Amino acid sequence: MFEIRCPYCGPRDEPEFKYGGQAHVAYPADPELLSDEEWARFLFVRDNSRGRYAERWNHAAGCRRWFNVIRDTGTHELVGSYRVGEQPEDAR
Amino acid sequence: MADRAEPLAALQGRINDAAFGGTTLMTVPFVAQVGLRVEPGSAAAGRVETALGLELPEVNRMSESGGRRAIWLAPDEWLVVAADGEERSLVALLEEAIAGEGSVVDLSANRTGLELAGPDARTVLATCCSLDFHPRAFGPGQCAQTLIHKAGVLVEQRGDDRYLLLVRPSFAAYVAEWLLDGMLGLKADAAA
Repeated sequence: MFEIRCPYCGPRDEPEFKYGGQAHVAYPADPELLSDEEWARFLFVRDNSRGRYAERWNHAAGCRRWFNVIRDTGTHELVGSYRVGEQPEDAR
Repeated sequence: MADRAEPLAALQGRINDAAFGGTTLMTVPFVAQVGLRVEPGSAAAGRVETALGLELPEVNRMSESGGRRAIWLAPDEWLVVAADGEERSLVALLEEAIAGEGSVVDLSANRTGLELAGPDARTVLATCCSLDFHPRAFGPGQCAQTLIHKAGVLVEQRGDDRYLLLVRPSFAAYVAEWLLDGMLGLKADAAA
């Protein structure tokens, strides 16, 4: 089980959280201009890299806020977490 | 308010019987609870603090004045708690204070109370909740929204060995059963 540091409430056990997929996936500036393939890519295709990965979590049983976590997909180490609007470099 | 049913009435006998060595579980069926959302540090937040006569607390803390308590829920969200029957006056007071810059909702029916008190209260809590309640990590005046097994609870430490748990009425029996399980186990250990 992970111990995840909520940037608002502090460290809590994983069952209090919900996973929200890859972080920093920007919404297309003008979705109308995208082809079906590009739109599908935005909706469904995510990185599946080994190493440090920025992902979104929601503290569902606590403050209910979304935030970001850096997790090493190779070792499962949680490198740090940071608030929405902050950058991965701010993770702690 | 004549038609209200106490959510844990059916368990009351077993709750009473589970007491051991000064540690007791008590139902607090009805608590006035008002959800408050306001931008921290804003003028509206300042007016709320003046109206309640307390400072809106920081993360995982509770502040209290004149029988009313503000419990931190999230960066811009608090639960204002008072004695049963005060919900309407509390809503009116808070609505006037925020003057449209935030939200005030009567949530009194959303949670019922369970008070766990006595020398083994923390040990009982530790049997079913993974949060660290050791005094080095958690003390009087602190609160947390966490889980007791699968059910969400708002835990507030009211004294050195006194905890108030606010839980959804439909999950109250589930939470009470886990607490009773812990109490009966420790009671049996104490008797052995």
